Amino acid sequence: MQRKVLSFLGRRRNWTIPYVLFLAFFVLMPLALIVFYAFTNADGAFTFANIQKFWVHPEAMQTFLYSVVVALITTVICILIGYPAAYILSKMEPRKAKLLVILFILPMWINFLIRTLATVALFDFFKIPLGEGALIFGMVYNFLPFIIYPIYNILQKTDQNLIEAAQDLGANPRQVFIKTIFPLSIPGITSGVIMVFMPVISTFAIAELLTINNIKLFGTTLQENIYNGTWNYGAALSLVMLFFIGITVLFNGEGSSKAAEEGNLI
Amino acid sequence: MIKRILSSSYLGILLVMLYAPILIIIIFSFTEAKVLGNWTGFSLKLYSSIFHGGIHHSLTSALWNTLIIGLIAAAASTVLGTMAAIGIYNLMPRAQKAMQMVNTIPILNPDIITAISLFLLFVSLGISQGYTTVILAHITFCTPYVVLSVLPRLRRMNPNLYEAALDLGATPFRAVWRILLPELKPGMISGFILAFTLSIDDFVVTLFTIGNEGLETLSTYIYADARRGGLTPELRPLSAIIFIAVLLLLLIINQRAAKKKL
Repeated sequence: MQRKVLSFLGRRRNWTIPYVLFLAFFVLMPLALIVFYAFTNADGAFTFANIQKFWVHPEAMQTFLYSVVVALITTVICILIGYPAAYILSKMEPRKAKLLVILFILPMWINFLIRTLATVALFDFFKIPLGEGALIFGMVYNFLPFIIYPIYNILQKTDQNLIEAAQDLGANPRQVFIKTIFPLSIPGITSGVIMVFMPVISTFAIAELLTINNIKLFGTTLQENIYNGTWNYGAALSLVMLFFIGITVLFNGEGSSKAAEEGNLI
Repeated sequence: MIKRILSSSYLGILLVMLYAPILIIIIFSFTEAKVLGNWTGFSLKLYSSIFHGGIHHSLTSALWNTLIIGLIAAAASTVLGTMAAIGIYNLMPRAQKAMQMVNTIPILNPDIITAISLFLLFVSLGISQGYTTVILAHITFCTPYVVLSVLPRLRRMNPNLYEAALDLGATPFRAVWRILLPELKPGMISGFILAFTLSIDDFVVTLFTIGNEGLETLSTYIYADARRGGLTPELRPLSAIIFIAVLLLLLIINQRAAKKKL
C-alpha cells in the first residue's frame, strides 16, 4: 500500500493534481457560478430577465459603451506614448536600458490608490479641473508601464539579422521600421492591449477619485450591483464582460496565452 | 546626435510625469498638514509618529494584515505553482496545452471578474469571509504567475540530469530535492516576489473577499479613507519609505546582476 502511494507520488505528472483541483474549485467553478447566477432569478429559477435588463436598461448600456470608449482612448494614447519609449529603450545599451525599464515599472510599487490621490493633488495644484480629461490622464498614467514593458521586451528580442537583411535589400530606415520592426512587435502590442483595455473598463476606484464621483465606468456598475445585493443582475453584467474577454482571446488565438506570459512584469 | 538628445529628453519627460505624483507624496510627507497639498512648514512629526505608536491603531494593523496575507499567499502560491509546473512539464503535449490555457484564465480575467466570481463562490457555499478567504483568493490570482516563471526554467534545463540521478540510485524525492529544485530556484524566487507584489498591491479582489468583520488591508483602508474625503497623513511618510526601500532593493539587485555577468 505504502509502496503504491510512493510510486504514485513519484510520477511527476501526478504533481499537477493539486493544482488541477485548485483551479477547478477556485477558477472554473466560480466562473460557472457567474453563468448560473446570470440566468437565474433571486429564487434560483431559470430566467433570461437579467440579460434582457442589460439590453433594455439604458443606463447600464450607456455606462458600458462609455467605458469601452474611455478604454479605447486610453489604450490608443498608451500605445502612442509607450511605443516610442519602448523603441528608444530597445536601442539603448542593455544595461542602461534595464535600469530605465525598472524606473518605468517602479511607480507600480506605490499603492495605486495613493498614486491616484496624489494625481488629484497634482491637478489641484495646477488648477486643472477634475473630470473626463483628468480621468483619461489618470488611466494613462496608471497603465503606461503595462504597455511599455511588453513592447520593449519583444523589440529587444527582435532578430537583428532580419533588420540587417532589410537594409541590405535596400530598405530605407522608414521602410525597415514599417515593414520589419513594427510587424514583428505586434505581439508585444497585443499583450499590452490585453493588459490595458479590459482592466480600464473594469476599474472603479480610479474613476471615482479622479472625477469626484461624476463619471461611472462599468466596473463601478458591477460593484454597486454586488454591494446592493442584486447579485443576479451583477452576474449578468459580469457575463457581458466575460463574453468580451472570450472574443478577444478567440481573436488572438494562441497569442493570448503568449501575451499573458509577455506581460509578466518581472 | 540630435536624435539622441531628442530621444533621451522624451524618456526624461515621461519619467518626470510618471514620478510627479510620487514626488508630491514624498515632499508633503515632510509637513504636518492634514490635507495633501497644504504646506505648513517643514516637520518630521509624521515620520516619528509612524514609529512611536502615535499612529492610528487601525493603520498599523492594516499594514500588518497586508504583509501577512502577502507572505502567506506568496509562499503558498510558490509551492503550489512550482509543483504544478513540474507536473505540467511532464504531461502529454495535449494535456500540457490544456493546462496552460486554464492557467492563463486568472491572468486574462480583469480583477473585478475574479473578485465577483470568488465572492459568489464563498457566498453560495456559505463560507464566512475573512482572513482565509482573502488568502485563498490571492493564491488564486498569484499561482498562475508562479507557474509561468518556473516553467521556462524547466524547459531550459537538461532533462537527462534528473534521469541520471535516478540511475545513480537516488529516490525520486531525493532527485527532485537535489537536482530539480536548485535549477528551479531562480524561477521560484521571481515567482514569489511577483506573487508578493501582486498580493500587497491588490485592491479589488480583496475588497470583495474580505467580508465585513472589520478586517482591513492597506488597500481597503486607503479606499475607505479616500471615500471619507482624505488620506490619513501618516500614509504619506509610509508610502515614501516603501518607495525608497523598493527603489534601493531593485538598484542593488540590478547592480549585483550586472556584476555577475561581468
